[in-house]
Amino acid sequence: MSDIKITRRGILKGGTIAGAGLAMPTIFTSSAWAGGHSGFTNAPTGNTVTLGFNVPQSGPYADEGADELRAYQLAVEHLNGEGDGGMLNTFSSKALDGTGILGKKVEYVTGDTQTKSDAARASARSMIEKDGAIMITGGSSSGVAVAVQALCQEAGVIFMAGLTHSNDTTGKDKKANGFRHFFNSYMTGAALAPVLANAYGNDRKAYHLTADYNWGYTTEEAVKNSTEALGWETVAAVRTPLTQTDFSSYIAPVLQSGADVLVLNHYGGNMVNSLTNAVQFGLREKMVNDKNFEIVVPLYSRLMAKGAGANVKGIFGSTNWHWSLAQGFTDASGKKVAPDAASAAFVKSFGEKYGFPPSQAAHTCYVQTILYADACTRAKSFKPSAVGEALEGFRFDGLGNGPTLYRAEDHQCFKDVLVVRGKENPTSEYDLLEVVEITPVDQVIYDASIFGGELGGFNNGA
Amino acid sequence: MDAILLQILNGLDKGSAYALIALGLTLIFGTLGVVNFAHGALFMVGAFCAVTFQRILNISFQTIDPTKKDFLGNPLKVDTTYIESWLGPNLGSGILDWAVPISILFAIPVMILIGYVMERGLIKHFYRRPHADQILVTFGLAIVLQEIIKFFYGANPIPTPAPEMFAGSFDFGAAVGLAEDTIIYPYWRLVYFLFSMGIIAAVFSFLQFTTFGMVVRAGMADRETVGLLGINIDRRFTIMFAIAAVVAGLAGLMYTPINAPNYHMGMDFLVLSFVVVVVGGMGSLSGAVLAGFLLGILESFASMKEVIAILPGINQIIIYLVAIIILLTRPRGLMGRKGVMED
Amino acid sequence: MLGLSKSDIRIFLLVVVLTIFAPFILNPFPEASGLAQFNAGYPDLMQRFVIFGIFAIGFNILFGLTGYLSFGHAAFLGVGSYAAIWMMKLLTMNVIPGIIMSVLIAGIFAVAVGYISLKRTGIYFSILTLAFAQMSFALAYSVLTPITGGETGLQPKISDPRMLDAALASGEAPRANLFGLEMGTSYELALSGWVFTFNVGYYVAAIVMIIALYIAIRIFRSPFGVMLRAVKSNQQRMRYTGLNPKPYTLAAFVISGMYAGLAGGLMVAMDTQVGPERMFWTASGEVVLMTILGGTGTIVGPILGAGLIKYMENILSKINADILYEWFAMLPDSIADILVFVIYPFIGKGWHLTLGIIFMCVVIFLPGGLVEGGQRIGNMFGRKKKTEGEKSSQPAE
Repeated sequence: MSDIKITRRGILKGGTIAGAGLAMPTIFTSSAWAGGHSGFTNAPTGNTVTLGFNVPQSGPYADEGADELRAYQLAVEHLNGEGDGGMLNTFSSKALDGTGILGKKVEYVTGDTQTKSDAARASARSMIEKDGAIMITGGSSSGVAVAVQALCQEAGVIFMAGLTHSNDTTGKDKKANGFRHFFNSYMTGAALAPVLANAYGNDRKAYHLTADYNWGYTTEEAVKNSTEALGWETVAAVRTPLTQTDFSSYIAPVLQSGADVLVLNHYGGNMVNSLTNAVQFGLREKMVNDKNFEIVVPLYSRLMAKGAGANVKGIFGSTNWHWSLAQGFTDASGKKVAPDAASAAFVKSFGEKYGFPPSQAAHTCYVQTILYADACTRAKSFKPSAVGEALEGFRFDGLGNGPTLYRAEDHQCFKDVLVVRGKENPTSEYDLLEVVEITPVDQVIYDASIFGGELGGFNNGA
Repeated sequence: MDAILLQILNGLDKGSAYALIALGLTLIFGTLGVVNFAHGALFMVGAFCAVTFQRILNISFQTIDPTKKDFLGNPLKVDTTYIESWLGPNLGSGILDWAVPISILFAIPVMILIGYVMERGLIKHFYRRPHADQILVTFGLAIVLQEIIKFFYGANPIPTPAPEMFAGSFDFGAAVGLAEDTIIYPYWRLVYFLFSMGIIAAVFSFLQFTTFGMVVRAGMADRETVGLLGINIDRRFTIMFAIAAVVAGLAGLMYTPINAPNYHMGMDFLVLSFVVVVVGGMGSLSGAVLAGFLLGILESFASMKEVIAILPGINQIIIYLVAIIILLTRPRGLMGRKGVMED
Repeated sequence: MLGLSKSDIRIFLLVVVLTIFAPFILNPFPEASGLAQFNAGYPDLMQRFVIFGIFAIGFNILFGLTGYLSFGHAAFLGVGSYAAIWMMKLLTMNVIPGIIMSVLIAGIFAVAVGYISLKRTGIYFSILTLAFAQMSFALAYSVLTPITGGETGLQPKISDPRMLDAALASGEAPRANLFGLEMGTSYELALSGWVFTFNVGYYVAAIVMIIALYIAIRIFRSPFGVMLRAVKSNQQRMRYTGLNPKPYTLAAFVISGMYAGLAGGLMVAMDTQVGPERMFWTASGEVVLMTILGGTGTIVGPILGAGLIKYMENILSKINADILYEWFAMLPDSIADILVFVIYPFIGKGWHLTLGIIFMCVVIFLPGGLVEGGQRIGNMFGRKKKTEGEKSSQPAE
């Protein structure tokens, strides 16, 4: 490619004669991606390092995105040694010392994914090409996560996924430069099924309503397989369009089908609407097969649960993290679980700064930033391959989920999964879910090869 | 059989929402000749009238309950609404419970005002402009309205439950002599259906049986001539616009207990309502209502699992498929008038 | 020259010069200054400017000339994108076959959709096109997942067949290229405080856009273009003179669909990923807005409209409160607070609000779109006296 460079230089010199009088070109480099200086994309040169926070700021997930952004700002403060340090104090790795990352002050740029993969990629590319971001993180859907992850692989920067729950992100669409802390559909199924069987018995007939896209498919499959293994029967699984707002025509036939459990594989606005509709239809007051009719929402988000209001009461689901861990709780079997120090530290610094507790999206984004910074510090480099190797197989604790493993084979975190239930008597507008069980990691782990896909090698870019 | 009856009921309910939105849109779009992309936003603003009213009722003072703790471990602050403390817990919480229906009284003047200001301040100047300009300006307005709501209320849906009295569902099947639990129907959906029927009837009789309505209908048919007769048709059109805004707003307001409102709900309904109006036929109010119910019922049928099993994905496209078939077999939709918005 | 009239050649050359020097023009602020936030001269955005420019130019051939308002043009963009990515997966990462195929497939799809939709006129036509596009979106998102990748879309994978390409070296990832020259390759030129980026992909897309613009101008000025204008002004009269408008409008529809497909193919060439929301009705609406915003029926208007919307989307949305505080750092805190409080709702997550306000202002104050704004400014400086004369001779409408 060097010959092209020379000819281009000739042309451009001619074209910039006016400018050349004022200043001679100082650097003239060729790189696959802008800003390459020392062997990898966007290697930080000054005394600062730039991270790219790519979150939904418009569209239905804007509030979740806003909460992610709050967490990122908090993480940056803590990395730079401001504030109370949050979970840096409880984190098992002590490599970070509050002087930024490798002595460079952490700066950040923000962008709007609009929860559309095109917009998310445009935003991420501008961070990489224009702002010199060395790592991209954030997002609130699996479509966006997969799209941006592929981009980061191409560009040679690290991608630390935000909220993305589909198996695909670290399954069939996994990439070496991408890492996910959030749990996935498979783990939801594995964690939820035993709790459901305990609460509702092994002889149940389930009716699935599933959002008609990839995440819905993987969640339906996971919940179906895990519950069927415990003796449940799946009566029907009906796909509902993403753009559906009124689910009445899907919910009305449920009672006639002889099912006694309704599983809503919906997220976000779909979940709020389908759950509200199901409760309106009075399903939960019905008796079917001499059993009380029940509703299950596999993936809960507290922010979204708020939209469903009182309808979530008593409904089981799973979540990656919940702020009430900070206060301890009594689980389903009556066992007292002590407060988690790491969660308490995080809730405290987040709550004191913003006035309300963090969501699970905020938590995973905060943790991802800390993990990235820690990996750079341990690798003593920002080079994606070095950082990636530091993350692969990394075992840590003290970030709110107990002992956790960043598995090398698929770059997925393995940790305990929380099973939660809508709270009957909430004391505030944040107090909507209660943790009923912490499913140990051994129950939710799976073989890395079952979802296919190919990790490939690290890409350092230029 | 009962499965089909069930879906007809569901379809009537869905259809009543479509019909109500399409009715308002047709008043503006099919009669004033303005392509109003802000109509969905009016629907959304109506819904947020209910939210705002609920917020106003819920204005409260804080007391500290030392026995409970908040998320930071500090003593919990408990909110008590002024309304409850003034009127006593029974009457106070009763009013809070009925916030959505009561907010109609609040929404009507608000929507009239918004409709009036919109027409006088903006739309009036666009009657003679190309449709493209109308699209751009009303779309811009829709975005602005939507962003204002987002700024104050966030992007998440906000729960606005129906009064306790209408919370559950009743067993329609048992009432008509079928087995128990075969056909259940939420009370609030029945209320919505009856409400929309009432509004539709009111609009039709207003146009049909009052002198005002007669003039407006004449103006729709031939604006120039009515103007030449010395009738101030402009003022009447302003009033029609305000009525359309009220219809859209109330449709949105009453919809809030069915689906929690959020700032982009208007955009979700916008495309659909255009399809309904056009399938009904331009310039025809009864066409819009008919198309609303037709599409609602067909959409319900398409969502049956037996139907999806035969035609996968049919539930995704049914509305558009029906629209294409109808427009190809009936050039001006179900009941469209010749020459309206055809060029 | 080139078969264009004098005024056309002037506009055309202006566009060519602006496109070639875009890396300079779009980066007017030095890297280190606070205003560098407003620089748009980075590869991704420059590519998007020209690609959406092509999309809007094509849309304008249909809407600007015939007056037929298609509300489903994004479907052709999406179909083109899927065609291109499949060529990359199956044949080669060279962008040429992908781009050719995207134009072809979009053209075939446009023939089918156009043939049916053009049976109706006016709003009925718009709704038919909208229905086709929404159906494409809904199916691509759900039941067609095996072909389209559904929600997560399609990207080139290491394991794709790529029958014409040599096997990748281990650790290499497939990259879009033009006979070996990678689209992502950039050259940077640092001039004192300024950094200018010259990107291969941008120049490939820019050349395509210039060709597309040239063809569009020729169409506008050809007898065919006159026929299309006749369709817009009075179909009835056209029929009376014994001409059948249908073949002309269908041809215009297909050409504009092919432009959309070309834009879709280029999008994949520049950024190898396709997602179904590219076909959602808001994407179709966006190109309508771009065209009207810039100036319907004008030659450069659609490009300007596309540029403005994409600029807002990519630049404005990235300004956050911290950046505002940086700008106002030299002001006293209280004044900075007030300024941030006032400006904040319009930037960052509020960029849609600004966009909405701009739409309204343009259509209220500049009925002819941005092009009219440009003309007015031109008149203000150049031909002050002449404008007065022009004004009085304008018909009252």
